[in-house]
Amino acid sequence: MSEDVMSRTKANDAPTGAAPAATGAAPAPYEPVVLAFTCNWCSYRAADLAGTARVKYPPNVRLVRLMCSGRLDPTFVLKAFASGADGVLMTGCWPADCHYRIQNVKALRRFELLRRVLGQLGIEPERFQRFYASAAEGRQLAAAFTRMIEEVRPLGPLGWGRLPEVAPGVETPAGAVEGETAAGEAAPADEDATTDTRALEAVGS
Amino acid sequence: MSANGRHRFAMYWAASCGGCDISVINLHDAILDLAEHFDIVFWPAIMDAKYADVEAMPDGSIDLTLFSGGIRNTENAELARLLRRKSNILVAFGSCATEGCIPGLANLTTTGALLDLVYEGPTMDNPDHVRPVSRTIVPEGELHLPALGALLQTLDQIVEVDYRVPGCPPETERIAEVLGLFDAALDGKATLPIRGSVLGAGHSTVCDECRRDRGIKHITQFTRLQELPPLDPGLCLLEQGIPCNGPATRDGCGAKCPLAGAPCIGCYGPADGVVDFGARLLSAFASVVDASEPAEIDRILDGLPDPVGQFYRFSLAGSLLRGSRAVRTSTAPAPAIQGAGR
Repeated sequence: MSEDVMSRTKANDAPTGAAPAATGAAPAPYEPVVLAFTCNWCSYRAADLAGTARVKYPPNVRLVRLMCSGRLDPTFVLKAFASGADGVLMTGCWPADCHYRIQNVKALRRFELLRRVLGQLGIEPERFQRFYASAAEGRQLAAAFTRMIEEVRPLGPLGWGRLPEVAPGVETPAGAVEGETAAGEAAPADEDATTDTRALEAVGS
Repeated sequence: MSANGRHRFAMYWAASCGGCDISVINLHDAILDLAEHFDIVFWPAIMDAKYADVEAMPDGSIDLTLFSGGIRNTENAELARLLRRKSNILVAFGSCATEGCIPGLANLTTTGALLDLVYEGPTMDNPDHVRPVSRTIVPEGELHLPALGALLQTLDQIVEVDYRVPGCPPETERIAEVLGLFDAALDGKATLPIRGSVLGAGHSTVCDECRRDRGIKHITQFTRLQELPPLDPGLCLLEQGIPCNGPATRDGCGAKCPLAGAPCIGCYGPADGVVDFGARLLSAFASVVDASEPAEIDRILDGLPDPVGQFYRFSLAGSLLRGSRAVRTSTAPAPAIQGAGR
């Protein structure tokens, strides 16, 4: 593991590290969750083949079968990240092999555009990848799963699902940090409020 | 209802520009109808009012409240909860309250970076590094300012909302329809649609209202208006390479912008059935890119230099991700807004 990867791990662990400490429980070792969308005609069968052939790949991958990679609405990807996935893999047929003629090409265009949007929103490119696998390429697909998990793991948890309303800390005018996430004295005490207002943390004190 | 038989009406602005209030006032003569049917009990944009007056009202005593603006600070949130408690019908009014609008784009960066820019940016002379603080001690006592939140939230992320009226701002004639509907419904002469509905807008997209000709789209270049020769006045703007947000945007505005030759910017928010405005629009744009090789796709997509700004101009705070990862990790040094991941 290179130093670069190590430093990224630390940077990503810092904001979420405080949460388990509050409950007093030791944090479980981090295991990334990657959602892999598969095409019914190729990559799903490749995954099936990998299983039949007893090819091993990490259990961190969750498969979702679609009829085509062209069915992968960008909404699914955003929803996956917003719900706590650490990575999303789009798999489908090789160009010119699509069961629906060119839908995998449309999927490729959406992938390229969505990748730019996710980059702007601060999601690392390793967390959203694509891979072509024909129905015969079970071994290659399993290798791609393994590779992606190992690329996502050092990035640490994405944390979108666990921190829906955000604001892990309070920034003071001087830029120092007061690390309380619970409603502090600066926030209005409203015990009746049922809606999450953790985001409304004070800036000054 | 007031003793004089009129319905009690309130309007409030949270993190907004005030354009929604202006759009209501823009009713011109019809504003007299508003005054005839409604007792205006609280409307800071047009009349003096104290929060204490609202607090003194019995719960549920305001028949209709139009709430414009997003929730960015503790004052916004407090008023959202107060008006929810005091109002029978609470309407998220305008783009800010429904989906965040332009103030929601601040969710791309941290509060700290925002304050850096506003108080010590290139146009500021602030040698003493003065910043707003929520509590200040002065000889006369303690002064309080509302504290900023980590990100802008939409009204329905804070309290329950009964109806939504989209638009930046909502078109005045649609506001007249909405107020007329509420007036009739409060009199028992009309039934309101189910709670949570969008009012004052259509159910389809701006493209359906736009009279420009639409053919099969093959986009080989996205570009800006000023970089093209004079446009074909009758042809779809998207087909001419102008990024137009019509395909995902709710109709109801009359497609004013595309019909005037300016692309739709998406202020009426997502059409019916759209979960995430940006995702739907992104999907529509990418589908019509006329390329199948990654390098060529990249070249065409380079014509969209700011994809988040294009796809989430009005809807970032209300979208699935709600903002950049930066606001979720704001204990770390705030990164500058990154360019598109390439």
